[in-house]
Amino acid sequence: MSRPMLKTDAATSAAAAPRPKGTLTAVEMGARQREISVSEFFTKNRHLLGFDNPRKALLTCVKEAVDNALDACEEAGILPDVVVKVEVVANGNPPPPPSQANRFRITVIDNGPGIVRQQIPPIFAKLLYGSKFHRLRMSRGQQGIGISAAGMYAQLTTGKPVQIISRTSARAPAHYFEVQIDTKKNEPRIFENKKIAWENERGTQVTLEIEARYQKGRASVEEYLEQVAIANPHVKLVYHTPEGETKEYPRTLAELPAQPREIKPHPYGIEFGMLLKMLHDTSSRSLAGFLASDFSRVSAKLAEEICKTAKIPPQTAPRTIHGATAERLYQAIQSTKIMAPPSNCISPIGEKAILHGLYKQIKGDFYTAVTRPPAVYRGNPFIIEAGLAYGKGTAGEEERPKGPLAEGENRDEEEELARVIRYANRVPLLYQQSACATFKAVLETSWRNYGVPQAKGALPAGPMVIFVHMASVWVPFTSESKEAIADYDEIRKEIKLALQECGRRLGAFLRRRERAKSEFRRRNIFELYIEEVVEACSRLKGGKLAKEKLKEQLRKIAMKRTGGEKTTELLGRDGGPEGLPNSIIVTPEGVEGEAPALPGDGALSEGAPPEPELALALANERSAGVAPKAKPVQVKRDLAKGEAPQQAVLPFVEREKLKKKK
Amino acid sequence: MAQKQAKKSGIVEKKLVGIADVVIAAAERGKDPTLAIPVRSLANVTFDQKRGMIEMGRRKQARSFFNVGMAKKFMQTVLVADALAELQRSNLTTSLREIYYRTKHTIKNSHENTFDGQNESDPLIEDLEVTLQALREELHVRAENAGTVVGPLVLIDDGDRVDCTRLGKGGYSVPSIVEPEYIQIARCTADFVLLVEKGTQWNRLSEDKFWRRYNCVLLTGNGQPPRGVRRLARRLHEEHNLPVYVLVDNDPWGYYIYSVVKQGSINLAFESQRMAIPKAKFIGFSSADPDRYGLPRNVGIKLNDKDVTRARELLKYRWFQKKEWQEEIKRMLASGLKYELDALANKDFQYLTKNYLPRKLKEKDWLD
Repeated sequence: MSRPMLKTDAATSAAAAPRPKGTLTAVEMGARQREISVSEFFTKNRHLLGFDNPRKALLTCVKEAVDNALDACEEAGILPDVVVKVEVVANGNPPPPPSQANRFRITVIDNGPGIVRQQIPPIFAKLLYGSKFHRLRMSRGQQGIGISAAGMYAQLTTGKPVQIISRTSARAPAHYFEVQIDTKKNEPRIFENKKIAWENERGTQVTLEIEARYQKGRASVEEYLEQVAIANPHVKLVYHTPEGETKEYPRTLAELPAQPREIKPHPYGIEFGMLLKMLHDTSSRSLAGFLASDFSRVSAKLAEEICKTAKIPPQTAPRTIHGATAERLYQAIQSTKIMAPPSNCISPIGEKAILHGLYKQIKGDFYTAVTRPPAVYRGNPFIIEAGLAYGKGTAGEEERPKGPLAEGENRDEEEELARVIRYANRVPLLYQQSACATFKAVLETSWRNYGVPQAKGALPAGPMVIFVHMASVWVPFTSESKEAIADYDEIRKEIKLALQECGRRLGAFLRRRERAKSEFRRRNIFELYIEEVVEACSRLKGGKLAKEKLKEQLRKIAMKRTGGEKTTELLGRDGGPEGLPNSIIVTPEGVEGEAPALPGDGALSEGAPPEPELALALANERSAGVAPKAKPVQVKRDLAKGEAPQQAVLPFVEREKLKKKK
Repeated sequence: MAQKQAKKSGIVEKKLVGIADVVIAAAERGKDPTLAIPVRSLANVTFDQKRGMIEMGRRKQARSFFNVGMAKKFMQTVLVADALAELQRSNLTTSLREIYYRTKHTIKNSHENTFDGQNESDPLIEDLEVTLQALREELHVRAENAGTVVGPLVLIDDGDRVDCTRLGKGGYSVPSIVEPEYIQIARCTADFVLLVEKGTQWNRLSEDKFWRRYNCVLLTGNGQPPRGVRRLARRLHEEHNLPVYVLVDNDPWGYYIYSVVKQGSINLAFESQRMAIPKAKFIGFSSADPDRYGLPRNVGIKLNDKDVTRARELLKYRWFQKKEWQEEIKRMLASGLKYELDALANKDFQYLTKNYLPRKLKEKDWLD
């Protein structure tokens, strides 16, 4: 970029003095200048896209393929069924154990709408090609880089092309492609293209062979899929691990999220250069018309007002506006009061769905979820959602040490720190936690107010998972690899508000639990201490004491003392989920609140899936069975007003897929 | 002697048994057993200008059994009283820590401990001291021997004659109980008592035989002097009319050590009558000394926030209201520096013995 400058420098200095050896003339340098294709650029800078190391590469490939599959399914109104398979590639030799292997084949199969034949090569083998970049609508993918970059990484590390099978309907044939990117031209190169017989009636299958490392634990494929399942309870995920296990993340909500609408840009979110471009490209003939038709929230009247403020006649042809006039226009837009952009372009996960997701994947005693009303940063609408899962569940009770404690021992839960799980447009963010606005907001929230210990500048301590989701038409990531959300004040403020609401509910729950405990203790405490006091008194009196009589007297006083207070205690039982909206409480006695019915734990993952029809019937029954008990939950927010809830489209290919798995 | 001792212990034991009587009497009348415990805080002490002592006020707090917030403490108090009575009966002395272990057990039918840490039992012993108006020694609870003495002084300890002029550099370790029943002062020919805050300076003075040249009793308490040291100084002051000089670091904590020796402590104000030495003098290290003795500024230490806060508190104490004292503390705050006694070594290892103290004594340069 700074080359032209250098060139002139070189030229002038060359004229002044004899050129030292090895330097170049402007002409020679000019001859070397050439265009850099995006593909070349990203080949050299693959860390920008999340391929910094082999371990991360595995995750990124799975992530890109799964994101695409989910976006496609949802846009087509299909409940997603996604199969992820990671296999060790053995080059002739016996395959090494997964933890030692360095080559993997990743296959992701969905039941989406499929891709028409002509579009397959560019989608998978051309960078910056996609449907999502140019529109303002919420989706997982944004830039059209992801999956083709994954293909490019495969090509770079193993030389293998991307294999795609796609079929758009039962009547259409399945197409099989093998493609690679021509990195110089950023164009697809097709190696193989044929019609094949495919067992699935509809959907897409992508296979990538890459150099990678497989590890469990933090930021692993498994963690990613688990987090996808939490934020997308309408998705059914099946994961075949390299070890040959099958992990299933069942669907707990047979209801697609509301379809987000596409919107026009909001005037506040437009930068000056963008305005110039829009002025030039518009089909409107007058400035007023341009403003009213190319932006959201600008009425004809408002357009006139802007023109007036900018002192430009409303009839001016947009193309003729530039320079100082354009600048005046830009200022006028900024200074005019314009309504916030419509928010039906974003679809939040919803409190109910978050609750289901957390309840399904995380064992705990308390769950809650909050969806904030839409807000705006830089003219882009967004919605923040937060959730909490607290406690160890009923299983945790047994782990605690029994018996008397030694000095310095603590009966409380050991001081583990809370885990933050972050999402942007339903996609889990697994890297760069500390750079993320979400994480900062969690740190800034004073959890101590809600009865959770927190060291200064640290995460709150306790068995707790904190869920934060940002949904927006344009999520401001700190880098192309989409790992952390940029720290806009408006965003951080919303996150904090959501977390605070979660915290308040958690605090209420903890206080309630504490109260229940202390009520129990209060009844016992006197009983226990009377024993101690009487024994000590007896010793003090040299054994000459009617112990039983004293105990009896003291017990009577205790009864009198607590009897009155017991009633207030009962009155204080304002508990019940009523006090805590959108929450689930798990106690050894059972579950309070609107919890989803979980499919028989383990039964499904054993590899003996029930008949699909039966499974569907079960699913329906489950949701129906839960509904009557449920309190009305505000799932539909104002943004979705007037929109009919999405009808669930149930997959009809399930049976075939299951057969294939066997 | 032994008779006197036995009699005294009989009184203390009776007082302890009184705790049980409170419980029994209240139970008999169907009332909540309650102990009235004098409040041990700055708010409940008064400074008797005339006597020059801190005295405990009359405010008391109620500790009731059938109050969820106090039930455990009440139970613990009774347990501690029981353990203390046991000491009386068997005529043994023990430490705070052993009291904690003695009273610690699991409460029947529960996983709860009677005490979870020594920090729970220590304050209860002080509570009983003030409630029963019994001294810690009378309760047979002793501290570690943390003080040392050397000088022209002969003590009788358990029938042993201890001549403090013939104990080498190490001196005699002052027990925590120095009441006349236990320790008798057989002879004392000293002219004054010098109570030094830190062991380092005491060692220096002892090694240089400062006490011989200036005919004094050298005492140290290694920091805040324990009761034994304070009580011994008081007895020398009272029984042998010796003036007491206190030598401490120049920082707020040094000032406070001096004030505890002189007027008594806030926490155990009721013991002032027996411990305080209202005529004790502050011989150093004064905030005026760096100038007077030409100590360079760089051997000072910057006051930290805690020091400053503490110094400001001291300024408000009623017993620091004398003009000289206000000046003394304000001078330190103004300089922003504190000085350790050790800093005198900057001039010479023996500067303390050969220059500083002799000049102080000659010029009678001390604060009252």
